[in-house]
Amino acid sequence: MKKSDVPQDKSNLESANLRELCYAVDDNGEYTTEHTTGWDPKTIALNNTLEEIKERIEDAKQRVIDNISSPIEYYMELHKMDPSVLASYVGMWQWRIKRHFKPVVFKKLSSKVLQKYAEVFEISIDELKSIEKKS
Amino acid sequence: MKIDFTHHQAAHCENGVVSNLMKHNGFTVSEPMVFGIGSGLLYCYIPLLMVNHAPAITYRAMPGFIFNRFAKRVGVKFKREKFKNPKTAKARLDENLEKNNPVGLQVGVYNLTYFPDEYRFHFNAHNLVVYGKEGDTYLISDPVMEVVTTLSEKELEKVRFAKGAFAPKGHMYYPIVFPKELNLEKAIVKGIKNTCRDMLAPIPIVGVKGMRLIAKLIRKWPKKQGTKVANHYLGQIVRMQEEIGTGGGGFRYIYAAFLQEAGKILENSQLGVLSAEMTQIGDLWRDFAVDASRIYRNRSTKIETDLYDDIALQLESLADREEVFFKKLRKAI
Repeated sequence: MKKSDVPQDKSNLESANLRELCYAVDDNGEYTTEHTTGWDPKTIALNNTLEEIKERIEDAKQRVIDNISSPIEYYMELHKMDPSVLASYVGMWQWRIKRHFKPVVFKKLSSKVLQKYAEVFEISIDELKSIEKKS
Repeated sequence: MKIDFTHHQAAHCENGVVSNLMKHNGFTVSEPMVFGIGSGLLYCYIPLLMVNHAPAITYRAMPGFIFNRFAKRVGVKFKREKFKNPKTAKARLDENLEKNNPVGLQVGVYNLTYFPDEYRFHFNAHNLVVYGKEGDTYLISDPVMEVVTTLSEKELEKVRFAKGAFAPKGHMYYPIVFPKELNLEKAIVKGIKNTCRDMLAPIPIVGVKGMRLIAKLIRKWPKKQGTKVANHYLGQIVRMQEEIGTGGGGFRYIYAAFLQEAGKILENSQLGVLSAEMTQIGDLWRDFAVDASRIYRNRSTKIETDLYDDIALQLESLADREEVFFKKLRKAI
């Protein structure tokens, strides 16, 4: 890639006033570095991912409202986690966490276990028990 | 206190941290040099592991490998420590800063407050340098950032003890023993040989063979997983290629920069020619990303299997190109 070809597309980096560094060749074929503000194929892929995460969160929320799942699943999605990441944060097995997704099981959880989840999600137990309206 | 540390921005965190720490200790080693000697270039599909609900492909050596190989090959000794207890981790860090010793840390990205929100995922193999402390604020030199930044004690503890795959466990490292003179020639040859071996490895998930395997999978995805999932997978491939650690195209350019520099040090003009060829391969990787992005751009659910076949074909031709390239490179040194 030529130095002059380093893409300068709009991207999410802009909001943080951040530019990435890219290696490219100058007119004499010597390698040098150049800043880039973003590149469309990357930005689209990232935005799609963010879109998908949003959908997953909405989905989880709906399932909690419909009493199919527990708020733990909702908060897990909200924090961009999956069961394996959540499991290592709370220090429990994955199957236990998946079990806690069941509303019936969730209702019977001790405050000690709830506290563990609340700490990871940085919320109070009350907030954990009821998913708020804020999106 | 604040250690007199010069921040240089880098394209990739691990090379950047090593290069910056070396420069701090009076050895001028560029980022591509670290990447090349540490044999950072790779292509590997990691079966069974899912990242962001998609298959995981890595375009670089495992976190920490570049680092270890580089240190071993140039004869620098690094001290590395991992901790169970965040308190001891913090105490050891403060001790080192007290001694005017900037240290490298492995951290998780999710809680890095200075990153844009959109970039904060559960990815635990990021590296940065701590070069001082003022009150309870740590001074941070993050190689992917343009300028230095800061983190509070609490924030730093959180990122040092992030959980999940590759959990950093407070991982801290700094160079302790240096060679009298930096002897790069041998290290370069070793680094190049290692990369050729990896890329041409007779293992189905590694190197050019790994690329062919992914091409095969790409063909299957739209039929097996439906277009929506297939598009998501493809998007993730491009993200892993270009975003998470500048991946495919970006890494090829860094490697080309390394070959150019190596050619001058070894006085081997052939490496210069190969560097130009690697640049072309890097361009092709970017073309691949552009074409892939055309597919996932619309997030449509229409089945366009022939488009997937095109992408797969491109990946296969990339595999062929790289196979030829690394065979030539192996002979050149």
